[in-house]
Amino acid sequence: MRRLLTLLVATLVMAPAAAIDTGKAFEDPELQARYDKLISEVRCLKCQNQSIKDSNVFLASDLRREIRRLIEEGKTDPEIIDFLVTRYGEFALYRPRTTGKTLILWLAPFLLVLFGGFAMYRVVRHRMSMPLDNDAVQEGATK
Amino acid sequence: MSRYALPLVAVIALILFLVVGLKRGDPRALPSPFIGKPAPEFDLPMLKDPEKTVGSKDMAGEVALVNVWATWCVGCRQEHPFLLELEENDAIPIYGINWRDTRPEALRWIQQLGDPYVASGFDGSGRVGIDWGVYGAPETFLVSAEGVVLHKHLGPLDRTAWEQDFLPLINSEASAQ
Repeated sequence: MRRLLTLLVATLVMAPAAAIDTGKAFEDPELQARYDKLISEVRCLKCQNQSIKDSNVFLASDLRREIRRLIEEGKTDPEIIDFLVTRYGEFALYRPRTTGKTLILWLAPFLLVLFGGFAMYRVVRHRMSMPLDNDAVQEGATK
Repeated sequence: MSRYALPLVAVIALILFLVVGLKRGDPRALPSPFIGKPAPEFDLPMLKDPEKTVGSKDMAGEVALVNVWATWCVGCRQEHPFLLELEENDAIPIYGINWRDTRPEALRWIQQLGDPYVASGFDGSGRVGIDWGVYGAPETFLVSAEGVVLHKHLGPLDRTAWEQDFLPLINSEASAQ
């Protein structure tokens, strides 16, 4: 039992060591930060619910390599995002840009909250205008 | 009665969304952003002869297929006989992009299974694949004589897809000229 537990703990400790991105880190920490942020926001098209940071499919590593190259070439983040969108479409981004097409994605949560709030307001106001059923309340209290 | 109207409408709307979502088919099939746009330029060393290159320059002037294939790809083996058939019937010139593969294996494949391609470019690093927005082989693009992408087919190409999706586009291209 104890042995098993040790093994289990060891496995848990080792898990983060199995990093997926085996590429060399940038010397400039600022570039590294941009790289890390970008790869965590790009969808792996082959394994659609993972970012290319979390996937070890070769397509993901190819895309990481391209992003690394573009950063090294001095491209800005919007330029790199453009590069990906012209090739793979808006779907490749986990954080869609606010353009006409994706506006609904950004607005929908606020619209839903507004709609829900309005519905709640209507219900509460309706209930407040209902006469209190005093008899029922007292009956409940004496029971 | 009217107090149920709004929830009812909401539920019906939700069901409609779900039905549409289910009918949409394969969620992995993504629309290509290249449809109706110029095909990405490429120039790759030929699979059979690394000294020469094959690319956009060779395809100009005629409607052609660009087929992304690899020896590790099961769907490619599946569609291969149909590509050979297209080639035998002189249906359309087919250009291959041998994607993320190794040369010896790709050459052996061509030798053993036959070569439906005018030429295949060798894209071992996957650079050109990314330029074409490839995310899973096989993928087949229909490119017009002017170099515009008319259609993209995901997965193995077969007769049904050919007759339903490719032929009408090819015919309308031919009549437009």
